[in-house]
Amino acid sequence: MAHGPMEQFNIEPLVGLKVGGLDISYTNSALFMTFAVLASFLVFFTATRRRTMVPGRWQSVAELLYEFNAGMVKDNVGKEGLKYLPFIFTLFLFILFGNILGLMPYGFAFTSHIIVNASLALFIFVSVTIIGFARHGLHYFSLLCPKGTPLPVALVLVPIEIMSYFIRPVSLSLRLFANMLAGHVLLKVLAGFVVTLGLLFGWVPLVAVFGVTLLEILVALIQAYVFALLSCIYLNDAIHLH
Amino acid sequence: MPQFDPTTFPSQIFWLAVSFIALYWVVARLAIPRVGEVIEQRARLVQEDIDRATTLKAETDHAIAAYEQAMADARAQAQDHIRGIALEIRAVADKKTAEVTATVNAQITDAEVRIAKAKTDALAGMRTMAAETARDVVGKLAALAPDAGTVDAAVAAALKETR
Repeated sequence: MAHGPMEQFNIEPLVGLKVGGLDISYTNSALFMTFAVLASFLVFFTATRRRTMVPGRWQSVAELLYEFNAGMVKDNVGKEGLKYLPFIFTLFLFILFGNILGLMPYGFAFTSHIIVNASLALFIFVSVTIIGFARHGLHYFSLLCPKGTPLPVALVLVPIEIMSYFIRPVSLSLRLFANMLAGHVLLKVLAGFVVTLGLLFGWVPLVAVFGVTLLEILVALIQAYVFALLSCIYLNDAIHLH
Repeated sequence: MPQFDPTTFPSQIFWLAVSFIALYWVVARLAIPRVGEVIEQRARLVQEDIDRATTLKAETDHAIAAYEQAMADARAQAQDHIRGIALEIRAVADKKTAEVTATVNAQITDAEVRIAKAKTDALAGMRTMAAETARDVVGKLAALAPDAGTVDAAVAAALKETR
């Protein structure tokens, strides 16, 4: 094999950039983040250029995405959650386009890098905690101990709740990272088999690559949805407690 | 694994922040206002149409009620009219019948008077004729010439007996 399955995750600087000893070069990862922003911009710009009462194809896509996110926020956080819709919508689009663009040939999935997901998850975790304390003050701690819990149960429950609260950013970022990493490695390995097995048996892994690609498109959608949905649920906890 | 190379972290975090803020701007300034506006507008349009339909339906119901009222009024009026005319016709008919009955009764009375007179006249004629016939018969059979007084008395007696 010419390439290892992990080489696709290499970060290559495209434009070198150093600020105060920190290397913030414009890399292939940054390029695909830019693509994600541009793709979202193009979809919404072209889709909403002529706003018609009976939507065309692109306008339907834009409306579908909007209604999907607005519905998710309304169902999980309620009416007060709608002011966080821009953030949730952005999060969903960013991860969705990151995943989908990563599946394109020569694409790079920036969501397969734990640091990206961890940054997003930590930002959400810190924001949600701030919102919780800002809305409820010290009462926010009651999230860790549901009302009416007997003392013996509470002694066990509270440490578990504390642990589960602090594990949120970890599980949130790891889930997306593991899904994207596994999918891309699997595709790469299977594609390598096509070359190794040659003309005679190469079609077997080729069919598998085709199937796994379809699966990965599904995973790309689902993981973007799960990430946004869990953010909504955390936000709901912060706004409404239990 | 390239994922665990910390030298790439500052760059990734920096560009993540930049692009995420850029995308947030696109979503908050472009996507949500525009799409939200179109959806709101459509909802408003549909609501307006429903409202208009409700108003029109109310108007239609009103018109139907007015029509039915007018219909009922007209029918009642027509019934009254018919009843009035029927009464008039009956009155006229009764009057005519009374008139005709009176005329006929008068004629009947008249006729009865005339018949009685004719009968009296006929009876009187018959008595004269019977007296003459009796005198002729007596003259022929008995070769007598009885005077008129005797014959008349005899005929009168005979007529009294037959009556």
